[in-house]
Amino acid sequence: MSALAVVDRVGTGVLGLFEFVGALATFGGRAVVEAVRPPYEPREILRHLFQFGYRSAPLILTAGFAIGIVLSMHTRASLERFGAEAMIPAGLAIALIRETGPLTAGLLVSGRVGAGIGAEIGAMKVTEQIDALEANAVDSFKYLAVTRIIALMIAMPLLTIMMDFAGIFGGYVAEAAVSGMSWQMYFESAFSYIAYSDIIPATLKTIVFGYLIAVVASYLGFTTSRGTEGVGEASTRSVVMASMLIILSDVILVKIIFFFYPAVSG
Amino acid sequence: MNAVRFDHVSKAFGALKVLDDISFEIPTGQAFCLLGRSGTGKSVALRHIVALVRPDSGKVFVEERDMTELAGNELADVRKHMGFLFQNAALFDSMSVGDNVAFPMRRHTDWSDADIRERAKNKLADVGLEKEFDKMPGDLSGGMKKRAGLARAMALDPAILLVDEPSAGLDPITAGEIDELLVKTKEGGTTLVVVTHNIPSARVIGDGFAVLQDGRLLVSGTLEALDASEEPLVQAFMRSQGGG
Repeated sequence: MSALAVVDRVGTGVLGLFEFVGALATFGGRAVVEAVRPPYEPREILRHLFQFGYRSAPLILTAGFAIGIVLSMHTRASLERFGAEAMIPAGLAIALIRETGPLTAGLLVSGRVGAGIGAEIGAMKVTEQIDALEANAVDSFKYLAVTRIIALMIAMPLLTIMMDFAGIFGGYVAEAAVSGMSWQMYFESAFSYIAYSDIIPATLKTIVFGYLIAVVASYLGFTTSRGTEGVGEASTRSVVMASMLIILSDVILVKIIFFFYPAVSG
Repeated sequence: MNAVRFDHVSKAFGALKVLDDISFEIPTGQAFCLLGRSGTGKSVALRHIVALVRPDSGKVFVEERDMTELAGNELADVRKHMGFLFQNAALFDSMSVGDNVAFPMRRHTDWSDADIRERAKNKLADVGLEKEFDKMPGDLSGGMKKRAGLARAMALDPAILLVDEPSAGLDPITAGEIDELLVKTKEGGTTLVVVTHNIPSARVIGDGFAVLQDGRLLVSGTLEALDASEEPLVQAFMRSQGGG
């Protein structure tokens, strides 16, 4: 391949990336504008909130519980060396609430809900259901995308709180099995070093995760082409891109949290 | 007054020219049949009427409102007066058949839920699907989906009903019943725009006709004009007995 062909191919790829990012940003920006304009579609938002929140709860609780057990076992192994077993509940709670809970909840939801949104809207696109909404004088963008984005932004912090508590409970089960510690003592010890500044910013940052997951998945659903193959691709790409954006945005969000709450970085 | 007017409409998808300088008028209350072989731009023309597709050049008027210029609430207001039966019905597969038919009423009227349910049942009865109210679209055959789609398109008794292949996939008896329903709808004052391959059906429903070929309007006029046409394609079409 000649150097010119390489430059051409790379250039096309870079331009395509810029075009995609621009279109995605426009889509996400439009969602913000449309979210504050009537009609507000409360029934659809509630329906999605049930689907995304309530139906994700078993996955989140199970994963949180398992992560709590594993974290507790690792924390015990580390802290035992320094004779600091008493710090196990607090260490686990800090790790879960500040980072592990929000990030894991975000990634799990991007897998379960992101894939679902991408596939559902994609299937509606290729079967003309989106056109049918428009022909019925319904704003399909608002009805399909904005309602899902709002619902997931509400669901994410709630699911994160669930994950945090399931993790803490899992940690307690692991600790109780080893040391016979009571729930009350474990709970008090776990929250002895936790401040509101640990809980609130870390939990609220998942609103951004919810926004990113739903925007990416909705956008890929709306731009689906090539029939069922395209639907599958929209679903897979939704998960991959949403997961990547969650991890990247987490870096920025943690930096912002440290800026506004310096105590959290200590 | 014309319900629909195409004024030198052209549309291309990439290099493929689908509509090429199309002009025709559909008077209010008439049934207009768009005929032509597959892939000649009939469905694209229908989509222009409800502004799902915008022309590259030319204008589309619905009740003298320029659809190429409308957007947002203004466009939605015009669309509320139209019903659209898609070629593959395009039922919302997350809703039951009854909810599909009730959907336009729930969105655009303040009728009570009981009233909407009753009206949706009546609309489904009109197309012979009263027993399928609670079924999901996935449980219906292709022909039943088509009929449910027609019931949804007629849910708000639209002033203009756009119908893409109403008899495709239906048995001859059901197709005949659908034709009768469309004629009855027309007699009630609704303007019909019907895309079809089914000439016997078009003869029953239509007042005006147009034949498209390769995106161009080959001939338009009354049934007599088409029967008298010397265009080989038009002659072949008008002689055909098959449904489509």
